[in-house]
Amino acid sequence: MAQYAILIYEAESGYAEGGQEAWQQGMEAHARFAGQVGERGGKIVGGDALEPTTTSTSIRGDIVTDGPFAETKEALGGFYLIEARDLDHAIEIAKLCPAPFGGVEVRPIMDTSGG
Amino acid sequence: MFSMDQPGAPQEARRNAIAAAVAEAHRREWAFVLAATARVTRDLDAAEECVQDAYVAALDTWARQGVPCNPGAWLTTAARHRALDTLRRDRTLRTKLPLLIVPGQRAAYGAETDDGSEVIADDRLRLIFTCCHPALAREAQVALTLRLVCGLTTAEIAKAFVVSEPTMAARVTRAKKKIAAARIAYRVPEAAELPDRLDAVLTVIHLLYTTGHTDPHGAGLVRPDLVERAIALARLLRELMPDEREVRGLLALLLITDARRATRTDASGALLLLERQDRSVWDAAAIAEGCALVTDALRGGRPGRFALQAAIAAVHAEAASYEETDWPQLLVLYDHLLKAWPSPVVALNRAVVVAMVSGPAAGLDEIDRIEQDKRLDGYRYLPAAKADLLRRLDRRDEARTCYQVALDLSDNAAERAFLAGRIAEMGKQITLQSGP
Repeated sequence: MAQYAILIYEAESGYAEGGQEAWQQGMEAHARFAGQVGERGGKIVGGDALEPTTTSTSIRGDIVTDGPFAETKEALGGFYLIEARDLDHAIEIAKLCPAPFGGVEVRPIMDTSGG
Repeated sequence: MFSMDQPGAPQEARRNAIAAAVAEAHRREWAFVLAATARVTRDLDAAEECVQDAYVAALDTWARQGVPCNPGAWLTTAARHRALDTLRRDRTLRTKLPLLIVPGQRAAYGAETDDGSEVIADDRLRLIFTCCHPALAREAQVALTLRLVCGLTTAEIAKAFVVSEPTMAARVTRAKKKIAAARIAYRVPEAAELPDRLDAVLTVIHLLYTTGHTDPHGAGLVRPDLVERAIALARLLRELMPDEREVRGLLALLLITDARRATRTDASGALLLLERQDRSVWDAAAIAEGCALVTDALRGGRPGRFALQAAIAAVHAEAASYEETDWPQLLVLYDHLLKAWPSPVVALNRAVVVAMVSGPAAGLDEIDRIEQDKRLDGYRYLPAAKADLLRRLDRRDEARTCYQVALDLSDNAAERAFLAGRIAEMGKQITLQSGP
């Protein structure tokens, strides 16, 4: 099994404007997703939701600034770390990952163990 | 296979014959040998190197021992021995991210080759589907297919796509790296994913063909090497997946389109439209083969986009003259095609057929509608088609403007010459009208 990150990029305005209801629906969708990954023979190793980019602080060299590196319409809002057989399997799982206000990106985890 | 062991054959002729046999084996067997070797090396770069070495060894060994009766099996055995040697000698060469070979995958397609001592599974489909994986950019899919399936060098691919060699090398390297790092499996897709994945393969082959068919930047209209590679790939796929109707459709489409190759330009290289092509010069054998495939591809369920495009090409090919073309039949086929493949390019071609059935004004209405949707902005065949309908309606000023737009968008010398001629034609009349 290989490890992949599923990075969730969404327009933060979606949840801001959708209020409590959008948030609740999102939570339920992610709970369902957690169940589906196992059914498909994959495994969630880790993951979390991130606070919005308004809470972000960027550091480049010694310079500390408010906000994310790049202002974009869709921001990284959360991630999963999963195990899958291969890219096709990871894509199959990632397609189930809820992202109603954007989409997800699948990135392989780099093996830094050496040798 | 011919034997090289006739005593008394002059050295020079013998060397040439061996070189020719190796070149032939390169053209015919490269994909088979590489696909089988990648299974051992589990690394595409290493596999390529071993296969290259095997071809070099063939030059020498075949000169001494004669050309083997199964060159593909000989080369595969040689390449795989080399791979095993390398792996044994230098364990550090083992890659950290080996190619993921899905074990026990049934040999659903393709034949197995037997050189007497071992049976080599035909892994060419795995190789093709890996090269055309949707996680790779289209241009990377095309480059990898030419490199790994056809055995072209990076320099040759760079030349075909008019980019610098370092650019193409970087593109190929990036794609291979992604296959390893993202763990794109070396396998044939499961039945459920097959239609989409096969469509990507067919699209790559078709793109190769169309790039060769109208050389985007070149002086001549056709780049025969790419056209021939594309047809060879379609034939290979047909051999490996004989039951896939869209594969039949693609091969038919390429054969029938290519049957007209010799008549698309005149002796001076100038572009000739379908209506002015000499139909007696069309390759009748290719058309017959293509039409038989079309009949098959249309049978059994709703036909796909390649089968429908092939059927359209067949209607043109079977008309005794341009005037006798069955336009109503074409319109029916285009309606089906637009449903199977809702692309603005298809809609544009359909508009041209509408003009033939219901007159240029009706065709022009269709084109105006297509123009609203901005997806064809910058597509040179749209202003060209529009100009032609305007010309037929004798709206010369507008026609000239549209021909000019098309001319500015085209890089192909033969096309540019044709469009410039049309502009001059439209201009002449204007000059006469506004002259003293």
